[in-house]
Amino acid sequence: MAEKILMKGNEAIAEAAILAGCRHYFGYPITPQTEVAAYMAKKMPKIGGTFLQAESEIAAINMVYGVASTGKRVMTSSSSPGISLKGEGLSYLAGADLPALVVNVQRGGPGLGGIQPSQSDYFQATRGAGHGDFHMIVLAPSSVQEMAELTVKGFELADTYRMTTMILADGTMGQMMEPVSLDFAVKEAPEKPWATTGTKMEREHNIVNSLFLAPEALEKFNFARYDRYRVIEENETMYEEYMMDDAEICIAAFGIAARVAKNAINEARKEGIKVGMIRPITLWPFPKAPFAKAAEKVKSIISVELSMGQMIEDVRLATECKVPVTLCNRVGGMIPSPEQVLEAIRNAQK
Amino acid sequence: MDKRITILAGHYGSGKTNIAVNLAFFLKREGKNVSVCDLDIVNPYFRTKDSLEDFEKAGIRLISSEFANTNVDVPALPQAMYAVMDDRESHFVLDIGGDDRGALALGRLAPSILEENNYEMLLVVNFFRPLTKDSQSMLEVMREMEQAAGIRFTGIVNNSNLGEETTPDDVISTVEKVQAFSELCGLPVVMTSVREELYETLRGKINDLFPLKLQKKYY
Repeated sequence: MAEKILMKGNEAIAEAAILAGCRHYFGYPITPQTEVAAYMAKKMPKIGGTFLQAESEIAAINMVYGVASTGKRVMTSSSSPGISLKGEGLSYLAGADLPALVVNVQRGGPGLGGIQPSQSDYFQATRGAGHGDFHMIVLAPSSVQEMAELTVKGFELADTYRMTTMILADGTMGQMMEPVSLDFAVKEAPEKPWATTGTKMEREHNIVNSLFLAPEALEKFNFARYDRYRVIEENETMYEEYMMDDAEICIAAFGIAARVAKNAINEARKEGIKVGMIRPITLWPFPKAPFAKAAEKVKSIISVELSMGQMIEDVRLATECKVPVTLCNRVGGMIPSPEQVLEAIRNAQK
Repeated sequence: MDKRITILAGHYGSGKTNIAVNLAFFLKREGKNVSVCDLDIVNPYFRTKDSLEDFEKAGIRLISSEFANTNVDVPALPQAMYAVMDDRESHFVLDIGGDDRGALALGRLAPSILEENNYEMLLVVNFFRPLTKDSQSMLEVMREMEQAAGIRFTGIVNNSNLGEETTPDDVISTVEKVQAFSELCGLPVVMTSVREELYETLRGKINDLFPLKLQKKYY
């Protein structure tokens, strides 16, 4: 049996990143993700890696850009307000087709908000991280084990598609402790012939850039990028279905909300209510197919979120509003209780 | 637990707060006048304040920063912390933040605690935590904490666990480890703490077993 250790979600991300071969971390402290930086600060110097506390989030994301240009696996992490600051850098990374891993351990907002958990950066992560036409692959872990596994997966996806992968966690996922097994396979980083590693006078210069003098050229790159996005939508969508076989009511929830929902579903099943859950693991690309399928047989969908209702829009798009989709939520750093979700399920049953 | 002050310190996430809370109830059941003083300046989450209602029911005083468990991360010490030295009728359980950064907060009280000389300072260890899996790294963390706190540890609490998934064998597998660490640092193992569900199975197999009631989790 694989050795297990007891880790916080934030620590699991940091250790998994190191296992994935990441030797460059740039960040700036912010609760509730600071353990990622603290862990890197302790570990990186011991393994010949670089931990650097930048002067700001903006500096950190541009350092990520620099290392990504050389083809090395690199990451940064922050929490909601800090991710807003990184927005410009995220857009530049997309414009230059650079692979990087960015972690958002969300807290309540908007503004300074608070340090308690939230999922209200869903729109930002899946649609509007920065200016221009681009997406990031967005992964939503729901356990500490997944925090580790999706971090490794995130580096692999970033390298494969030359783009940013974001881990969209929340304060609870970052702070909670669970046993973790780190005994999983890590794929070697692929060759990166585009990286700026020095020509050694043996090849043409590689240029990493997001500026195009001719609009025709810029358009071409945008089209090519979206062709790649279609491949990702086809091949990389991940989700978990829970008790959906005979479900008449479907819950949509990710991350911490899915854990609460699972408890509520188990209680509702005891009352004889046929309820199940679709838990998106990739928020972009959004798992449209299982929701479209569910809309053919369930009578309603409940979106459980720690936001004012953000993922619910993707659920409605995926189901083409064929069945009613209602919201069950708490915000501001509050988490829905299993009782609240159970009540929403009972109401849907009526 | 005969000393007036019991200080719980240890590496980050070793379980200090859980043990502090359970020790307070244990001392109360022994008929003592008990206060808990939360001096954590590292972690704004999972604080002794989670147990406030139960403390109040049991007649245990809690001294805690007004910012603990709120929506801000302000590493402030509670105003009433000097009661630790002023109210010598009460037995105090001190919950210190993790690592040397957390132990620093104790420095403020250290001179008077040493002067009174009626304390024990327990190092809470969990060998299942990633940065303290062996005696040597545990010793390093321990020395860093002593330097920051200005007080030396007097004993060890073996709180090695894997959360809710901990099996009796997991705990037993750490007995040798903690013994070796005890020899390395020269401190006695004062007790081994386990969640209460494991207590009966392990009783008689491990010395000085202490059952822990844990906070309920709903996610």
